[in-house]
Amino acid sequence: MRKGPSIFNVTLVALGLAFLYLPIAILVIYSFNASRLVTIWGGWSTRWYVALWHDSAMLDAAWTSLRIAALSATAACVIGTLAAVVLVRAGRFRGRTMFSGMVYAPLVMPEVITGLSLLLLFVALDVGRGFWTVTIAHTTVTMSFVTVVVQSRLLSFDCSLEEAAMDLGCPPLKTFLTITLPLIFPAVAAGWMLAFTLSFDDLVIASFSTGPGATTLPMRIYSEVRLGVKPEINAICTIMIAVVALGVIAAALVGKRREWVGRT
Amino acid sequence: MTDAAKPALRKAPDWGRRLVILVPALWLAVFFVVPCLIVLKISLSQTVIAQPPYVPVLDLAAGWPGLRDFAGGLSLDSYKMLGSDWIYLTSYLRSLAIAAMSTVILLAVGYPIAYGIARSPRRLQPVLIMAVFLPFLTAFLIRIYAWINILQREGLLNDTLLALGIVREPVVWLATDTAIIIGIVYSYLPFMVLPLYASLEKLDESLLEAAADLGAPRWKAFWLVTVPLSASGIVAGALLCFIPIAGEFVIPDLLGGSSALMIGQTLWTEFFQNKDWPVASAVAIALLLVLLAPILIYQHVQMRALEDR
Repeated sequence: MRKGPSIFNVTLVALGLAFLYLPIAILVIYSFNASRLVTIWGGWSTRWYVALWHDSAMLDAAWTSLRIAALSATAACVIGTLAAVVLVRAGRFRGRTMFSGMVYAPLVMPEVITGLSLLLLFVALDVGRGFWTVTIAHTTVTMSFVTVVVQSRLLSFDCSLEEAAMDLGCPPLKTFLTITLPLIFPAVAAGWMLAFTLSFDDLVIASFSTGPGATTLPMRIYSEVRLGVKPEINAICTIMIAVVALGVIAAALVGKRREWVGRT
Repeated sequence: MTDAAKPALRKAPDWGRRLVILVPALWLAVFFVVPCLIVLKISLSQTVIAQPPYVPVLDLAAGWPGLRDFAGGLSLDSYKMLGSDWIYLTSYLRSLAIAAMSTVILLAVGYPIAYGIARSPRRLQPVLIMAVFLPFLTAFLIRIYAWINILQREGLLNDTLLALGIVREPVVWLATDTAIIIGIVYSYLPFMVLPLYASLEKLDESLLEAAADLGAPRWKAFWLVTVPLSASGIVAGALLCFIPIAGEFVIPDLLGGSSALMIGQTLWTEFFQNKDWPVASAVAIALLLVLLAPILIYQHVQMRALEDR
C-alpha cells in the first residue's frame, strides 16, 4: 500500500470540497452584483447591503434569532453536558437504556414531527407562544448534539485524574468544576457553537413553536425566498456566512493559542 | 469498561448523582416524550372549529367521568382518512423512495471523499474534516437557496451546459425530483462523510498489505477488506441521513414541484393550511411508525459504537 497522498485520493477530496463550496462561493459573488436581475452580471456593487441596512423587518428578525440562538445554545450546553456526563460516567442505573434512547432520538427525529409535537404541548399547557417557546424548543433539539460532542471528548481520556482528585478528598462537584470541566471545555465550546448555528438556522421547528410577534430570520428569509430569488437575500446570506467563518477562525486561533501556551 | 474505571459520578452522594441524572431526564421527558404522547392522543381526536380545534379535550379536573367521556370520544377517523385518500399513501411512498435514492447517492458520493480523507497525511485530516463540516455551519436555508440560483432556468448550470454545447436548449432543473435529490445530497453530505471517516480512519492498513501480499488486486482488497470493515460507518451514515430525509420539508418545498408532495410537506399543509390538527398528528404518528425500525437500529449502532471505545 502506497503511503502519502496519491493523485487519486487528492482528486477525490478536491472534487468533494469543490461540490461543497462552489454553490456558496457563487452566492457570495452574486451578492455584489449591481444588476437587479440575479442572473445577469452588472458589475460590482454593494447596493444590496445598503438596501438591507434599511430593511428593518429583516434586522428585527436577525436580532430575535441571535437572542434565541444564544440563550438556547447556553441552556443546551448545560443540559447536554450533564446528559453526556451521565452516559459516560454514571455507570449502570435503572432506566439507562430509556435515558440514552431519549438523548439520541431527537438527533434523527424528522423536524416536522418534533415541531408539531412541541407546538401541541404548548397549546395543551396554554402558554403564550413566541420568543420563549422557540427557545425551549431549540434547547430540546440541540442538546442532543451537545451531548454527542461532549460524550466523545469524555470518552477520549480516562478518569485517573478525577479519581486522584477524589482520593485526595476533593468533593465530586469541585472535582467536576476544576478537573473535568477544563478538560472537556473545547468540546463544550464546540457544542455551543453547533447548537447556536442549528438554532440560528432552523426554520421548521421555529415555525411550529412561535407565535405572533416573534419572527426569526430563517422564517423571514423563507417567506422572501418563496417569492423568488432576490439580491438582498444573497447579501444577508453572505453576511451570515462571514459571521460563521469569522467565528470558526477565531475558535481555531484560540485553540492554537491554548495549545501553544500549554506547550511553553 | 470496568466499574472501577468510572467512579466519578459513583462516588458522588446519592442525591447529587440523582440530580445530575434527573435534570436532563426530566427536560427530555417533558419536552420530548410527553409531546410525542400528545401527538398520539390528538391523532385520535376529531376536528372541530374551536380553540383548541379538536375534541375530546382531556379534562383531568372532571375526575373519573371526565376520563371516561374522553376515552369514549376518541376515534380512528383520522387514520381512516389516511387509508382512504391515495394522496397520503403516495406521499409516504414518494418520501421513502426519495430518501432511499438520496441515501444511495450519498453513499456513492460520500464514501470516496471519506476514503480520500482517511488516506491523506495524518496532520491534514482534522483540517479536511473541518472543511467538510464547515458548510454545515452556514445556514441550511442559505445552502438550499444557493442551489435555486444555480438550477433556475437562466441559472449557472444551464449557462454552463449551453456554453459547452452539451445541451441546445435550457434544461428544466428546478421543480423536479432531480433538484430535490441534488439539494438533499448537498445538504446531508457531512452527515454521511463523518461516520464513514470515523470507521475508515480506524482501519488497520496492514490488513490491506496482507491482502496485497497474498496477491489480491487492489479493487478486490478494497471490496473484501475495506468495505466490510467500514460497515458500521456505512450503517450509521445511511441511517443518519435516511431518517431525517424521509421527513424533510424545506428542500422539497423550495426545490421541488407542487404536483407531488413529500410527507413532510403533506403534514405541513394539513397543519398550517387546512388547520386539521388530528390529521396532521395522524400523519406524524404514521411516519414515526414507518421510521421506528430505522430509529431503533440507529440507536443500537450508536450505543454499540460507544461501548467499543
